[in-house]
Amino acid sequence: MSNKVLLLFAHPSQRRSEVNLPMFRAAQQVEGVSCVDLYGEYPTFRIDVKKEQQRLLDHDVLIFQFPLYWYSTPSILKEWQDLVLEHGFAYGGKGTALRGKTFLCAVSAGAAQTAYQQDGYNHFTLRELLRPLEQTARLTGMHYLAPFALFGSRTAVEDQCLPVHIQHWTGFLRALVNNQIDIARAAQQEHIGDDWPALLLSAPAHQVG
Amino acid sequence: MTEYFIQAFIYLLAAVIAVPLAKRFGLGSVLGYLIAGVVIGPVTGLVGDETATIQHFAEFGVVMMLFLVGLELEPQVLWQMRSRLLGLGGLQVVLTALLIMAIPLAFGLSWKMTLTVGLIFSLSSTAIVLQTFSEKGLSKTDGAKSAFSILLFQDIAVIPMLAFIPMLAITELGSAHDTFTLVGHLPGWLYAVVVIASIAGLILAGHFLSRPLFRYIAETGVREIFVACALLLVVGIATLMSLIGLSPALGTFLAGVVLANSEFRHELETNIEPFKGLLLGLFFITVGAGVNFSVLIDHLGLIVGITLGVIAVKVLVLYGLATLFRAKGSDRWLVALSLAQAGEFGFVLLSFTVQQNVLEASLAQMLQMVVALSMFLTPVLFIIFEKVILPRYEVKSNSREADHIDEQGQVIIAGIGRFGQIVNRLLTANGVSTVVLDHEASQVDNMRALGIKSYFGDATRSDLLHTAGIDSAALFVVAIDNREEAVSLVRSVKANYPQVKVLARAFDRVHMYQLRLAGADFIRVETYLSALELGGQALIDLGFHPFEVESKKGSFRKIDAAASDVLYEEWRSVSEGERFGTNAYQLFKEFEEKIATEMRGDRADRHADSERSWMPPPKGCYTTELDKTQS
Repeated sequence: MSNKVLLLFAHPSQRRSEVNLPMFRAAQQVEGVSCVDLYGEYPTFRIDVKKEQQRLLDHDVLIFQFPLYWYSTPSILKEWQDLVLEHGFAYGGKGTALRGKTFLCAVSAGAAQTAYQQDGYNHFTLRELLRPLEQTARLTGMHYLAPFALFGSRTAVEDQCLPVHIQHWTGFLRALVNNQIDIARAAQQEHIGDDWPALLLSAPAHQVG
Repeated sequence: MTEYFIQAFIYLLAAVIAVPLAKRFGLGSVLGYLIAGVVIGPVTGLVGDETATIQHFAEFGVVMMLFLVGLELEPQVLWQMRSRLLGLGGLQVVLTALLIMAIPLAFGLSWKMTLTVGLIFSLSSTAIVLQTFSEKGLSKTDGAKSAFSILLFQDIAVIPMLAFIPMLAITELGSAHDTFTLVGHLPGWLYAVVVIASIAGLILAGHFLSRPLFRYIAETGVREIFVACALLLVVGIATLMSLIGLSPALGTFLAGVVLANSEFRHELETNIEPFKGLLLGLFFITVGAGVNFSVLIDHLGLIVGITLGVIAVKVLVLYGLATLFRAKGSDRWLVALSLAQAGEFGFVLLSFTVQQNVLEASLAQMLQMVVALSMFLTPVLFIIFEKVILPRYEVKSNSREADHIDEQGQVIIAGIGRFGQIVNRLLTANGVSTVVLDHEASQVDNMRALGIKSYFGDATRSDLLHTAGIDSAALFVVAIDNREEAVSLVRSVKANYPQVKVLARAFDRVHMYQLRLAGADFIRVETYLSALELGGQALIDLGFHPFEVESKKGSFRKIDAAASDVLYEEWRSVSEGERFGTNAYQLFKEFEEKIATEMRGDRADRHADSERSWMPPPKGCYTTELDKTQS
């Protein structure tokens, strides 16, 4: 059984995007992934609530893809949550539409990974910083996976690590579509990166670091 | 070393002083450089014999210029030029050479010498003419295009001339062929094979190898290496062409044409442009510096006489040919006056003829003065064109002939009144090139005065749309202020150029439907959004919260758009384009009610369409059901 993946992409200045736009373009080529450019679809922030709720109903895996802005999502993703995850739809007694689905963030972070730890200058890990989203997923009954992350994204192009990252990204997406990811283990990671193949259902458990 | 610094300093200083002054007095940069050359050369003697050497070096500017010209010309454009190239160019060279030959022949000079002189003077100065065209913004005119075809033919014709002139040599003295080529000793047929193979190789390499090479270089991200690579390309082709005895200018021109479609075209242009400009400037300075005053003074009358004679003959031939090839009004004069001088290849050919013993050195020196003087007079001829000829063809009224349009814009805007202006401002401010058409001459003049490039012409004429580039345009904006014409314009554009997206301004709802029926892709009623803005402000003034008003405006638009679609079908079925049927009024009333309901409404605890903010969950649910959701 394959999964339908919904990728909601949020980047307000795509002309400047070095990492996220190439990632988005690559994702568009992956079969089974529906790609939505939120800023492109709602340039005035007038989000079509019904349409977005229908999209959620039609998919099994929800991914927010965004560059980390002030330890959070770009604003349209917050607007999307505020409007689309309504009481009676996503939460509350009758709000069961998202139960059992899978949710994760695909994040690019400008600083190096070493900055995202207790003694780094950001003081928290990426996963800790994304706690509001984790709790949102939990309240709406979705399986929360660790963020698929690229650190040091400001210099990713110069460091020539983008092609490799995009390869891992599309590989990971394909594995999600094909239902090959061990959800339980993916949920326990700090973040998911180039080591994602270790999370394949076929991979031996001890490989995960 | 110091010597070189001093020389460079003198040349640069002369240029920096003379060129801005010349420009300020409306003489153009070419005359500025020439004057700078005269001042540092024969007048003050600051520079000496080395100018000849520098001139050879600076001639490379011409090669670069032709590369850039080639870059601007796509192969299919060149192909479209073929009749002008061969017809205009070929006839010009032959007729001018024969006429100029006839005059001294009448005075009993040998036909071999006069033929040589005729050939030399049939050429014009590519460097001066193209430089002046681009400086005066004439490059895109029809006249300039004809002139360019002629110049291109001349550049090609230099090659057979170089081969032909030695045959006219005074035979007893023999020939002294000393130019360095790899193919000089080859038999004719083999030489032809080498030439064809080289050109084919050049075109194939340009087409298939240049992109990977440039991409590879570009990926290094080292800018100066790209510059070096661009220079290497031009120098390399020039070298190859010289080695096989062809004109370097022709070779780089071909390379330019091959690369005209490449994505690196603009990068190449920006890199080569400054080199070309400086080298050409240097070339003009050396022409000025090379003026030999003693020869000039000794034979002043004769030299001036020959120069004026040559110019007169060339103007006559060019004007005649331009008329024959149906150039219009001022374009004829532009062709005739711009190409009336002798060219830089004149210097090359003259020294060659002396080497080949075709002409005596003293005569050649005098003729060199004629070439230089005619080049000096070119800016004057351009000034005559601008101040005397052009005004005669500019009649300030709507009856004037439509402007000739040669801009190929991405967007064509028909109508530059109060509506089209705003559209155009937004587009051009964002670097989109537009071609603006309006049928009111005064409006076009106003726009031009504001620096907005607009063209006079009736957009409903299909030939004008064609020259405006509708074949290659992405978008066509209809903002003309005649309802019926706007509709028929949309219809004809959509019928003839279905690939062009049409965006139209409507006056009201019925007009919008008419445009929609005609096939417009996107339509805006001109008053709708401003009225909505003003209505929104009214709500705010009445105490509604601005953010709430914004939401309500949004929903109003959404419902109205849906209503509009339904009404359109109704309008189309009932009235065939004139007015609404009675049913439509009923429908309209229903939509008004729907809007009102939506504005008031709450979908229970869900979002009403008119609301666009976070909705609180029902009171009391925090303690009960939310706890249950979390497992």
